[in-house]
Amino acid sequence: MTAADPAPAPLLTVRGLTVRFRMPRGRSVAAVTDAAFDLAPGSCLVLVGESGCGKSVLASALLGLLPGNAEATGTARLTDRHGSTDLLTAPEAELARTVRGRRIGLIPQSPAAHLTPVRTVRSQLEETVRELTGTPRGTALRAAAVRTAARAAFPADHLDRYPHQLSGGLAQRAATALALAGDAPLLLADEPTTGLDRELVDRTTDELRRHTRAGHALLMITHDLAAAERIADRVAVMYAGRIVELADARRFFGTPGPRHPYARALLDALPDRAFTPLPGMPPELGALPPGCAFAARCDRATPACATPPALRDGVACHHPVPPDRETDHARTA
Amino acid sequence: MLELRDIIAGYDRRTPVLRGVSLTLAPGEAVGLLGPSGCGKSTLARVAALLHRPDAGTVVLDGTPARGWRHRAPRAQRTAFGVLFQQPRLSADPRLRLADLIAEPLRATGRPAEVASRLDELAPLVGLGGDLLTRRPHEVSDGQLQRACLARALVLRPRWLICDEMTAMLDASTTAALVAVVETYRRETGAGVLAVGHDRTLLHRWCDRTVHWTDLAPAPANPGAA
Ligand SMILES: Nc1ncnc2c1ncn2[C@@H]1O[C@H](COP(=O)(O)OP(=O)(O)O)[C@@H](O)[C@H]1O
Ligand code: SF4
Ligand SMILES: [Mg+2]
Repeated sequence: MTAADPAPAPLLTVRGLTVRFRMPRGRSVAAVTDAAFDLAPGSCLVLVGESGCGKSVLASALLGLLPGNAEATGTARLTDRHGSTDLLTAPEAELARTVRGRRIGLIPQSPAAHLTPVRTVRSQLEETVRELTGTPRGTALRAAAVRTAARAAFPADHLDRYPHQLSGGLAQRAATALALAGDAPLLLADEPTTGLDRELVDRTTDELRRHTRAGHALLMITHDLAAAERIADRVAVMYAGRIVELADARRFFGTPGPRHPYARALLDALPDRAFTPLPGMPPELGALPPGCAFAARCDRATPACATPPALRDGVACHHPVPPDRETDHARTA
Repeated sequence: MLELRDIIAGYDRRTPVLRGVSLTLAPGEAVGLLGPSGCGKSTLARVAALLHRPDAGTVVLDGTPARGWRHRAPRAQRTAFGVLFQQPRLSADPRLRLADLIAEPLRATGRPAEVASRLDELAPLVGLGGDLLTRRPHEVSDGQLQRACLARALVLRPRWLICDEMTAMLDASTTAALVAVVETYRRETGAGVLAVGHDRTLLHRWCDRTVHWTDLAPAPANPGAA
């Protein structure tokens, strides 16, 4: 519970979200387990974690874009001026017609695949603005498309290019512009800064932040902790498919710092901190240990950790770092 | 020494990306090269690793000017380099198991007898345990695949490592782990490292010195002059 939140009614309420992939020979991959969080208009929740921990699967579940071998349980309720919808049970026709693009804008992880190859960026932008905001064809529409491109730092002199004529970074910015164009109440950004250099990362996160401040809700997924720090109001740390810490961003990146041992170690790996990697690698989601999935890499583990810890007061750990303690690495530094 | 002298290179002779760039790397030294995306850092990295033929200028490797590029480079020069790129998926043959991916340079240079022992040394070094070595690229994460690509880059014990945005797609922990492997290798072998990227914090922490892209080329007072 974050005391600082003025707590407008949440736009998105996720409870017990669990995704399993059915695999050959009866195996199953526990990609997301029991995720729970709220997201209010005007605020940004950043989901961080190592690659493969389940971040993108969580996003796909919210969009109804899971592959056929996946099974999602729990609830994910989107409540906005259009109504209230459980994203996990809504029929695909409804998701396609009224949710994706209109109520949830998406900045996808691989932008190239998201752009229509046979049409220029300008024509895709104009069509998106026209369809989603009702602006009629003409000078107003042209201007709106150019403005949206500029917000995503997409250069105006590249608007008449086709997607294959764009570098990875430009394709990323084109996809961002398309997502901003729809003005959806909830924006879901999966690694929106991949392939951008630091200056553009900063510009993109700042624009997304402005967009959020203007009353939109943003769920951003990233492995870039510097970008996360720049934009987040709250941080959710994911490890082996579970949210292991959910914290106020200022407290998380500043003092007292994270409370979950994994989250602490992840921050300590940063080049402006200890630059020390975590030992070992995350467990396979198809073969999770019965207790805490981090135990094999954790220097605080005890026999109690053989039972899975539940998320309590924002942290899922039997021995969290007390909130008032100084940073662990200060001892050894 | 690895010396790049007055390199002019690019993809169209009329508008070269590199217009007279010079850079020297000493053995045992780690140099960070900073610059925005699209400025030509990767082209420079490829020229340095003898993977891209410059239009003019010379690359001098321990006193010997390079005369061939890519597969036409003399084997002794070609194998002096280990190279890593940003996107492991683009540089890894999707059909190969990670073990074969790592061993590929040994087989290609007629040293299959060393495969088993090098794999035994390198797999724990880059943190690839369990059954990961038997998997193919689509069965592992980007971070795991990049670990395999790093092992492949080290398998011939190169004197120079060229790392082009090696960690740009990776999380903080995998980044720190891979840089630690490179640094241990540098310390133990005296290899030189050229680390190209746009993350100033990372390159400052990692390298002995960092140079900015704009410091390498002559001032563009007369951009038409070659
Ligand atoms: N279609 C699928 N079938 C089986 N497993 C999958 C599928 N898609 C993703 N996964 C697995 O789900 C896990 C989480 O993947 P992902 O959400 O892409 O991670 P992240 O976005 O955090 O990098 C990984 O172990 C991945 O291999
Ligand atoms: S529950 Fe135990 S093993 Fe897991 S993070 Fe906490 S202390 Fe470490
Ligand atoms: Mg992902």
